[in-house]
Parts: sequence; structure tokens; C-alpha cells
Amino acid sequence: MRWIWIDGFLEFESGKRARTVKNLSSAEDHYAQHFPGYPVMPAALILEGLAQTGGILAGEANQFREKVVLGKINKASFSREFTVGETLHYEVELVHIRPEGATASGKVLVNGICEGEAEIFFAHLDQARSRQAFGEGNFVFTGEMRHLLDQAKRAGAPKPSQS
Amino acid sequence: MASHEEVLSKVSSTLVEALNIDEDEIKPESTLTGDLGAESIDFLDIVFRLEREFGIKIPREELFPEAAQTSDVELLKDGKYTPKGLAELKKGMPFADFSEFEKNPEASQLTNLFTVNMIARFVQDKLAKAGKA
Repeated sequence: MRWIWIDGFLEFESGKRARTVKNLSSAEDHYAQHFPGYPVMPAALILEGLAQTGGILAGEANQFREKVVLGKINKASFSREFTVGETLHYEVELVHIRPEGATASGKVLVNGICEGEAEIFFAHLDQARSRQAFGEGNFVFTGEMRHLLDQAKRAGAPKPSQS
Repeated sequence: MASHEEVLSKVSSTLVEALNIDEDEIKPESTLTGDLGAESIDFLDIVFRLEREFGIKIPREELFPEAAQTSDVELLKDGKYTPKGLAELKKGMPFADFSEFEKNPEASQLTNLFTVNMIARFVQDKLAKAGKA
């Protein structure tokens, strides 16, 4: 099963903010159980999407030298449930970044209306200890995450002139 | 000029936010882990918030001195700090109240030194050194 809970990047401003999109599709398995006949996107997966958006933002700010992991979510609130067919936009701003980790604030928007907010705290794994446990490679930013990173870079690149 | 009471009040509000606790749960002598339920990841969050709230920089080793995480048997033996280790700790944590801890300086009890008052004293010293208090 994939564990990427964002479909792609729409905007990316290095070290500052990012906007991603998540389309809620009935093709996703979890709606069969959550809930039968009443498909609602689990709030935990929305938070995961916000954290992935913010995690990439925090990782890119240090050129992916750090292993960025979700530390804790201090606050999260949603004004309603989100169901199949809706498109969620995740807007995440980096509030604070330092050698040990980062904090970010995230919003969930539907049709431009803010329907949810969360405060996310990321930790950077201790370099020496994680090298012992996981080796030299950065296991956080691999595989499908790498594809998203490329997309983030494209989203952050200057747009071609419309004229 | 921020008084100790002002700093203590702001530190308390910061902890209320970081640990999602009620204002009336927090007292100056409350220990962060034992009384307020802080976990290791919360300490990092608290440091970040204090930096933002007070406009100061808190290098990790200033709040969590090297002696506190030592594996040197001269400082820490059989899970207890030696007299030399205790002296190092006191040097590294001048704002902590060691009166109870030094009766039985077990490493597992070290987190009890981190009280609301201790953090406030630490912050006030940082502010004074930065010319902000």
C-alpha cells in the first residue's frame, strides 16, 4: 500500500511555504471501511498529508541532509468531515527551523475556504545515532517521496510567461 | 525589565500550550515529566517555543548539559551520579534545585530537576545576559 497522502505540489517556496493537493477518490481502499456506505476521509490521513507537505518543506530547507520525522501534532481541528469527490488543498508554512527540528502550521482548504488547521512539530533524527541504526542513506526521502520532491521543485520554479 | 513573576507567567503559558494542559494544573514547583506529563519530544518543542516567546537562542547543551547524558563511569556509576558527576551536573544546571535529588542521585530521577521554576530562572538569566531583563 502506498503511504503518500498527497497527490502533488502546486506551490513551493523554499524554507517558507508549500501548497499541495489531495483528491479524495472512491478508488482508495480505506473508504470501504471508513465508513461502509458513508465514505469519510480519516482525519489522521489528512494530518499525514499536512505532515508530508511540511516534512518535505522542512527537509528541502536543509537540502535533505536531515532525516525529518513527525514529532507531534500539538493541535488539530476540523470544521467538518471530508468526503469522496472533494479536493483538499494543504497549505503549510514553516514557522521555525533549527538544527534539532522544525515547527509548521498547516491549513486544509476546500474551494478556498479554510476547513481545518493543525500545528505540526518535526524532529531531525540525531545524525550520529541514525547513521548507526539506518546507515548513511536518508530513508525518509526515498522512492515515491523523491518523485514528489521533483514535483515540488517544479512547482517552485518560475512559471513561464502567459503572454 | 521582566521580573521573575512575569517570566514565570510567560513560561507557564508556554508550557500550557506545548503540553496541552490546563492553566490550574501548573505550579512553579511542578516537574515537567512527573507532574505535567512531558515526554522527550516535548522538551524540544518547549525549547522552540521559549525561543520564539522570549526572542532568545537556547543551545541544547545549555539546558541539557553534557554531564546529564554521560556514559563516563567517573561521573555515573550503576545508574547513580558519583560526587564528581553531581558536581558536574550542578555546574551545568545552576538553576536547578538539587536539595532533594542529591539525597539519592539516581539518573532515572534526573528529569525531576526540570521544574517550571527552573525553566523560568534559566530564561531570566538568558534574558539578563541578552540585556532584555
